[in-house]
Amino acid sequence: MDSASILQHLVNGAMLGMMYALVAVGFTLFFGVLDVIKFSHGDVLMLGAFTALSAALGLSAAGIEQPLLQLALMLVAGIALTGLVGALVGRYLVLPLKSAPALNTLLITLMFGTALREAVRVFYPQGSNPKPFPRLLPDDALQLGALSLRADSLLLLALGALVIIATHWLIGRTKLGLAIRAVAQDEETAKIMGINYTKIVLITFALGSALAALAGIINGLYYNEINFSMGLNLGVIGFAAAIVGGLGNFYGAIIGGFLFAALQTIGAVAIPFGSSYKDVFAFAVVIALMAWKPTGLIAEQEAQRV
Amino acid sequence: MTLLALAAAAIAAYAAVLLHAEDQRLIGALIVLGFGTAAAAAKFGLLSRLGQAGRAHPRLAPLLAVAALIALILVLREDHFALLMIGTTLLYCVACWGLNLQFGRAGVVNFAGAAFFGTGAYTTAVLAAHTALPHWLIVLLAGAVAALLGSLLILPILRTRGHYAALITIAFGILFKTFLEVNDALGGPQGLKLPGFTLFGWNLNDNITVGEQELSFYVAYIALALVLAIFAFLLVRRLEHSWIGLNFDAVRMDELAATTFGINVARWKITAFSIGNFLAGLAGSVQATMLGFIAPNNFTLSDSLIMISIILLGGLGSFWGVPLGAAIVLILPEKLQVIQEYRFLLFALLVVAVLLLRPQGLVPRAQRSFTDRIR
Repeated sequence: MDSASILQHLVNGAMLGMMYALVAVGFTLFFGVLDVIKFSHGDVLMLGAFTALSAALGLSAAGIEQPLLQLALMLVAGIALTGLVGALVGRYLVLPLKSAPALNTLLITLMFGTALREAVRVFYPQGSNPKPFPRLLPDDALQLGALSLRADSLLLLALGALVIIATHWLIGRTKLGLAIRAVAQDEETAKIMGINYTKIVLITFALGSALAALAGIINGLYYNEINFSMGLNLGVIGFAAAIVGGLGNFYGAIIGGFLFAALQTIGAVAIPFGSSYKDVFAFAVVIALMAWKPTGLIAEQEAQRV
Repeated sequence: MTLLALAAAAIAAYAAVLLHAEDQRLIGALIVLGFGTAAAAAKFGLLSRLGQAGRAHPRLAPLLAVAALIALILVLREDHFALLMIGTTLLYCVACWGLNLQFGRAGVVNFAGAAFFGTGAYTTAVLAAHTALPHWLIVLLAGAVAALLGSLLILPILRTRGHYAALITIAFGILFKTFLEVNDALGGPQGLKLPGFTLFGWNLNDNITVGEQELSFYVAYIALALVLAIFAFLLVRRLEHSWIGLNFDAVRMDELAATTFGINVARWKITAFSIGNFLAGLAGSVQATMLGFIAPNNFTLSDSLIMISIILLGGLGSFWGVPLGAAIVLILPEKLQVIQEYRFLLFALLVVAVLLLRPQGLVPRAQRSFTDRIR
C-alpha cells in the first residue's frame, strides 16, 4: 500500500471517529444527567442533516449562493431544530417515564426514533432515496510533499475538534456546565442547591441533540450524500462507542468513537471483502466488544443496593 | 360460557366481513365500528365480564378461538389474500408468543425478533434447495438453528443488562440484514425462492378439492400455521402455569432477589431466550414456505420493532394480547391501503402513545394468583 492511500484511510478514519465521538458525547451527556439511554439519538442526527439540506435548498431557491453564509444558516437551522426536538423528547417522552421501568424509556425513544425515520422517508419529497448534499467547502487539494489532502476534510476535522473542545469547555468551565455536572452527580442535592432540575435536563438534551445534528451535517458535507436511515448505523455505533468508553465519561466517549473508527477502517483494509462487509464487521465488533467489556474499557462505577 | 361463545362468534363474523371487504370506505367504516364496539363493550363492563368468563373456563376460550378460526377459514376458503393474512397473523402470533416469553416474562430484551424469524426462513430456503430432508424436519431444524444462533448471542447478553443488552440485539438485527444483503451465496438483496412444501407426500401448493368444493392452497399452509400456533400456545401456557414460569417472573422482577433465593438467573434467561427464538424460527420457516420467496428486506430492524409493537400493544406478557396486537398491526394496514405506506410511522407513534397512556397494553396480563389454586 502506498503512502497516499494510507493517508486517505487515515483521513477517512479520523472523519468517522469525529462523527462517532460527537454522537457518543451526546449519549454520555443524556446518561450523565438522567441515567437514560435515548435511542432516538441517531434519528435526531438524521433529522439535523435533512433540516440542513432543506435550509440549503431553500437558500438556493431564494438566490443566496454564498457558500459560507449558506453553511452558517444550515448549521443554525439544523442545530436549532434538533435542539428543540431533543428538549421536547426529554420533556414529553423521557421525563414523564422517569419512575417507570428503564425499559419503557428505551422503548419509547426507540419508537420515537422510528417515527422520525419513517416520517422523513414518507413525507420528505422522495425521502426513501439517497439525497445529494451540497458541496459547500473548497475541495482543492493541499500538497504536502508528495501527499495531497482535500481541504474540506481538514476543515471538517477542525470543525469537529473545535466543537468537542467547546463542549468540553462548556461542561467543565461554565456555570451551566457546573449545574449539569451537579445534576449528573446527585439529583436531589442539586435540587436543594437551587438548581432548576428540569431546565438543566432539557438543556442537556438540547445540547446533546445539537451535537448529533452537527455530526449529521459533517457526515453530509463529507460524503455529499445523506439518506433517511443514516442515523441507524451512526446511532448504534455511537452508543457502542459511548459504552466502550464508559457511559457518562466524556473522554471515554471520544476515545470510544475513535477506537471504533480505527477498528472499522482497519477491518475494511485488512479483511478480504472487507469493504462490502464493512458494516457487518462494525456491528460484529460492537457485539464482540460488549461481550468482552460489558461496561466499557473505563469501567462504570456500579454498586447494587440490596 | 354462552358469553364466550357469543363473543367468539361475533369476532369471527366481524373478521370474515372485514377480511372479505374490498371497498376502502366500507373497510374504514368497519374498522371504526370495530374499535367503537370494543370501546363500548369496555365502557359497559362487557370486556371485564368476558375476561372473568375466560378465567373461569380456561380450557374453553382457546377451543372456541380455534373453532372460530376454522369457521373463518371455511367461509373465506377461496379468498387467497384474506387467507394469506390469516396465516401471516397466526405465524406472527407464534413468533410474538416466543418473544413475549423472553421479553415479557424472563425480562430478556430482544430487538432482533425479525432476525430470528429470518434465520428460520433462510435455513428453510437453503435446506429445501440443497438437501432432500423431509420438509417437516426442515421446519424443526429451522427453529433449532434460530435457537442455536440465539445461544451465541446470549453470551454477551448475559454479561450485560438493560440498555446494553438491548444494544447488542439491535446491533445483531442490523448485522443480520446487512449480512444477507452482501452475501451472494444467500441471494443478496434479491433474496431466495423456495420450492413448494410437501408434507407426508402431499404438496401444499396444490389446491385442495373436497367433494365439489375447491379450497385455496393457502388453507393447507394455514392448517400448518394453526398447528404451530396451538403448539406455541400450549407451550407458553404450560410454562406460565409451571414453576418455570414462576422462575421467569422472579428473574424479570428482580435479578438480585432471585439470586438470593437460589434461582440461577443465567439458566432461566437462556431457557426463555432459546425457547423464544425456537418459536420465532419455526414461524419464520413456515412463513417462508407459505410466501415462496424471501429477501433481506423482510427481516429489518423495523420488522423486529413491529413484533415489539404487537407485544406492547397487546400487553407485555399477555397471551390474548398477542393475537389482538398481531391482528391490529398486520391486518389493518393491509386492508386499509391509505395507511399501508405509513404503517411503521403509525405503529411507532401508537406504541409511544401506549407507553405514555396505558403501559400495561390493551389486554393487560392477569395477575398471578397464588391463592385459589397452586400447582
